[in-house]
Amino acid sequence: MIRPTQVPMRERDPRARTNTFDEVPFGYTSDEAREEAARCLQCRDAPCMNGCPVNIHIPKFIREIREGDFEAAIATIKQTNNLPAVCGRVCPQEVQCQAPCTLGRRFEPVAIGRLERFAADWESQHGVRVPEVAPPTGFRIAVVGSGPAGLTCAADLQREGHAVTVFEALHEPGGVLMYGIPEFRLPKRIVQGEIANLRKMGVAIEVNAVIGRTFTVDDLFTEGYEAVFIGTGAGLPQFLGIPGENFVGIYSANEFLTRVNLMRAYLFPDYDTPVKVGTTVAVVGGGNVAMDAARTALRLGAKRVMILYRRTEAEMPARVEEVHHAKEEGVELHVLVNPVRFRGEGGRVVEVECLRMELGEPDGSGRRRPVPVPGSNFVLPVATVIVAIGNQPHPLVPRTTPGLRVAGGGTIWTDEEGATSREGVFAGGDIATGAATVISAMGAGKRSAAAIHRSLTRSRGRA
Amino acid sequence: MVNMIRAKQPLGPNVVELVVEAPRIAARARAGQFVVVRLHERGERIPLTLADWDPGRGTITLVVQMVGKSTRELGERFGIGDTIRDVVGPLGSPSAIRRYGTVVCVGGGVGIAPIYPIARALREEGNEVIAVVGARTKDLLLWLDRIAAVSSELHIATDDGTQGVKGVVTIPLQEVLTARKVAHVWAIGPAIMMKFCARTCQEFGVPVTVSLNAIMLDGTGMCGACRVEVGGETRFSCVDGPEFPGDLVNWDLLLSRLGTFTDEERYALERYVAAQGGRL
Repeated sequence: MIRPTQVPMRERDPRARTNTFDEVPFGYTSDEAREEAARCLQCRDAPCMNGCPVNIHIPKFIREIREGDFEAAIATIKQTNNLPAVCGRVCPQEVQCQAPCTLGRRFEPVAIGRLERFAADWESQHGVRVPEVAPPTGFRIAVVGSGPAGLTCAADLQREGHAVTVFEALHEPGGVLMYGIPEFRLPKRIVQGEIANLRKMGVAIEVNAVIGRTFTVDDLFTEGYEAVFIGTGAGLPQFLGIPGENFVGIYSANEFLTRVNLMRAYLFPDYDTPVKVGTTVAVVGGGNVAMDAARTALRLGAKRVMILYRRTEAEMPARVEEVHHAKEEGVELHVLVNPVRFRGEGGRVVEVECLRMELGEPDGSGRRRPVPVPGSNFVLPVATVIVAIGNQPHPLVPRTTPGLRVAGGGTIWTDEEGATSREGVFAGGDIATGAATVISAMGAGKRSAAAIHRSLTRSRGRA
Repeated sequence: MVNMIRAKQPLGPNVVELVVEAPRIAARARAGQFVVVRLHERGERIPLTLADWDPGRGTITLVVQMVGKSTRELGERFGIGDTIRDVVGPLGSPSAIRRYGTVVCVGGGVGIAPIYPIARALREEGNEVIAVVGARTKDLLLWLDRIAAVSSELHIATDDGTQGVKGVVTIPLQEVLTARKVAHVWAIGPAIMMKFCARTCQEFGVPVTVSLNAIMLDGTGMCGACRVEVGGETRFSCVDGPEFPGDLVNWDLLLSRLGTFTDEERYALERYVAAQGGRL
């Protein structure tokens, strides 16, 4: 008899957790993991694998967990995924591996993400095995950006025996995993642990190196790198473009979250970077970043945090779990609402004027287009506003790399393997696709790593 | 060693000159660019405009006014041989250096230092450079010898009249604009000084470039903390600037945004000073 529901994952109490940046879910115990793993039907065609952008052999690692062979389980995962502790926490499993789960047709799908997280955490507690690295090939490869795409590409290439150097613009590697995703959702020690493993494999990481400023892509070739992978992400924050948006108290989500996550502003004044949150906070947007910002604002002492989203909850791009956690913690969802102007006093924002929306015909994204209701204007008092309506590809590398073809929305054009219009230059992740998920960026990093490896090996064959 | 302080000297009350080993930055630096430094593991990222650099020695020169917690810490607790945890750059778009004819470079207070490499680059490009510098008082004037070396005229103003004309930099600026046919003006200093320089230049119909000192976080275009309005459009000082046409800048907005964290800055400074057992 199969258990119809997922083994629940224990979590910090919603009331207690808004006082702390500690991680919310505790993760499975060994027993819980084995019980959940036992729900897997071990389908021969493994539909779950089609939902995984990095093609983890899911039934195999789940079987290994069920059998209690956790070491084998993590080894299986790490054959194709070098950041399992991260993916187990931040992947939108409900629309990826868990969506096609056979069990999900009648019951809840297997909690694949929680099991992945369990295996990764088990390993970090029991000693991490650094993946074997092939003998040195003599090829040098530069990876630009140390987010999920860059780290994955670097790991795969290093494993093939190439000498990889990762260049990171900020003072700590990890990209969005460090500056964007909050501690309570992805503890920084986990990201740092994964990066330490990469270093143990021999990957060199240079921080404070802004490609496009400190060096250009062309400099990297001059320096002797034979291939360059660009994974500079979607770091350019979008604003609403409405009157009053530059009042003091209005942050981009990038600024707000970077202050708190990368710079540890929640520990001000022990850390030097400040962040200011008023009593009433409005977060504009409906994605994971909006949920992260809202929950962060609560933890910084806001009394009332409102999400303003122009569609309905059903259309929210955020993971279900994030919306659920935000609501549990007391974040108010104000849907079918769109800000039209901010009003300030003495230079600081005090009010946001909004319009009510209704859903019209489906738009290009397949979601029903929000249409303003004329004359429905209303005003909300706010002390802080966080704009979380998305990011665009970072323009620095495209602008400073001659011959690099730029596609729509400022993305770097690539073929399916990540090759750009420049010989030897590959790109992947948000810089090539526009803002997407951690795991899709990792998938792109993987594909480019394979393509770079093939092209270097081929070039040696010719020589 | 990279990021090590090679030389340090006071340039006046609460102003210090630091020469820092940063070969990668020195190799690529251009006039008008800046770096972001983070002093230590718990430090904030502070933007500092490059005052000079030496690709041969692999060093950059920073002139720091010790006004807040981090700049005081840098000036007071970091000495020769100490290493700054992070130095990143060169950031920002370089100054538009080309042949204009006769140009005026205005530097106010600690802004005299970053105007120097711009004046030098303009001079090397074949422009006649007229320099105007000012400060509250004589002791706060700095690098006059360097400025003199790259300009054909050096005009000085101090608020209290202890050196040069008594008053603000717009007085000599006005005189120069009246007497000479000037093609372009650069002004670097406190926001309020740049605002009035821009106004003066506007009256004379002379284009003016200013370097905005907005609050920054990453300094690479990722956060928008440094957004300013130029000609009614939102721009990021860190990547679109820091230099902008002065006549188009919304100065009130800049000044108001500079005050975003006034309370926190005050608190951090008081706490730092108390920990040093000193006074403000």
